[in-house]
Amino acid sequence: MSEEKKEREPLFSPKNLKLIKDPLSINNPITVQVLGICSALAVTAKLKPAIVMTISVMVVLAVSNVVISLLRNGIPPRIRIIVQLVVIATMVILVDQVLKAFVYDVSKQLSVFVGLIITNCIIMGRLEAFAMGNKPWPAFLDGIGNALGYGIILIIVAFFREFLGSGTIFDIHVIPQGFYDFGYKNNGLMILPPMALITVGVIIWVQRYRNRDLIEDH
Amino acid sequence: MYSNGYIFRYAAILVIIAAALLSTAAMMLKPFQERNMAIEKMGSILASANVKNIDKEVMIDRFNEFVTEALVINQDGKVIESLTEGEKENGKAFNINMKEQLYRKANGIDYELPIYKIDDKGKTIYIFPLYGTGLWGPIWGNIALSEDLNTVVGVTFDHKGETPGLGAEIATSAFEDQFTDTVKKIFDDNNQFTSIAVVKGGVKKLPESQRIHGVDAISGGTITSNGVNDMLKNVLESYVPYIEKQK
Repeated sequence: MSEEKKEREPLFSPKNLKLIKDPLSINNPITVQVLGICSALAVTAKLKPAIVMTISVMVVLAVSNVVISLLRNGIPPRIRIIVQLVVIATMVILVDQVLKAFVYDVSKQLSVFVGLIITNCIIMGRLEAFAMGNKPWPAFLDGIGNALGYGIILIIVAFFREFLGSGTIFDIHVIPQGFYDFGYKNNGLMILPPMALITVGVIIWVQRYRNRDLIEDH
Repeated sequence: MYSNGYIFRYAAILVIIAAALLSTAAMMLKPFQERNMAIEKMGSILASANVKNIDKEVMIDRFNEFVTEALVINQDGKVIESLTEGEKENGKAFNINMKEQLYRKANGIDYELPIYKIDDKGKTIYIFPLYGTGLWGPIWGNIALSEDLNTVVGVTFDHKGETPGLGAEIATSAFEDQFTDTVKKIFDDNNQFTSIAVVKGGVKKLPESQRIHGVDAISGGTITSNGVNDMLKNVLESYVPYIEKQK
């Protein structure tokens, strides 16, 4: 038993850790691959829905990745996209039902966007590009990594939108009343979707300024 | 290479497993989901009578405490069932399907509607549930009338899927507060039922005397606004026989 373990790759080998780290920075699904933008704009007006969305995507992506990875040798190539969709759709409906049962308010705020996780390009992309050709454990890490990469951007955007747009963090007022007395106003524009796009743009700008390798040659 | 037979078998088994998983989950989670929906409905009923900010954990208790009577009336305004004690969330009034009853009304069949009474410092507030159609799907809500069964105390609206920023604005306080910021009445001076109109272009278009029977519609949400207008008219009209009897 112990001998067998030695031959195996350690669970968190550098190669496996890279699966988690890369999507957080140089291969971020939102800022570098520009996938999953639509939901990023929709659910980032407040921090709480952004975090619930992140967790939901993480569950769906990690579990679907593992399931597809386990099935990968038996899936007939001709219907592989359909099989992937069935797995994703099943997971999304499960997540939706669980949210409705236990965090009803948040599920109302997320409304259609939980259902739309099915169409989140990140998920299909990872299943097709990674899970179809890798073992379950790396596939699991890849799912967690990409969901974290997606989530971290959502949370950064939601932080600025909620802070500047509503003056709150997690619905708790953080801007002192004194500021309002002096004429400070919450910026209502931050609540609207266009400002989410601009915030994502600023994040992309900062990231490329700090990491010149990401800038495309033209 | 996979044979066609293998592909069909594979697809069939996969789908059966997925279906079994989903139906099991749906069945197991249903009681929790229904409880959440009931709590939301109670919150909306109480909020229309300005009983707001109740913690969800104690909603069912508070609802039973605040609602002094849950009634079911028929098309002639006759009280069929009245519940003053016990678990009103299991009573007939709370579980009436408004959609079905209004469909019966539209087809000239006998129907039943719920009413809730709340005690506000010795005065009774009457709450009438509403149900209608918006642009994309159903809209619903509650309207609370004061003891004179004429003056609006408060309203709440909700919707299934109206457009955010346009039709969905009916569920915001900006729209709902119009019903209470100035006095609104559902009967005119001659005791004729007039409902409350949702007026495109704003109540200022109405003659002075009519303004207590109208609120501003939502710009860009005309069809939803008309839906609210029709809902108020259609549903309140069904309660008029009951209201007449109380006077």
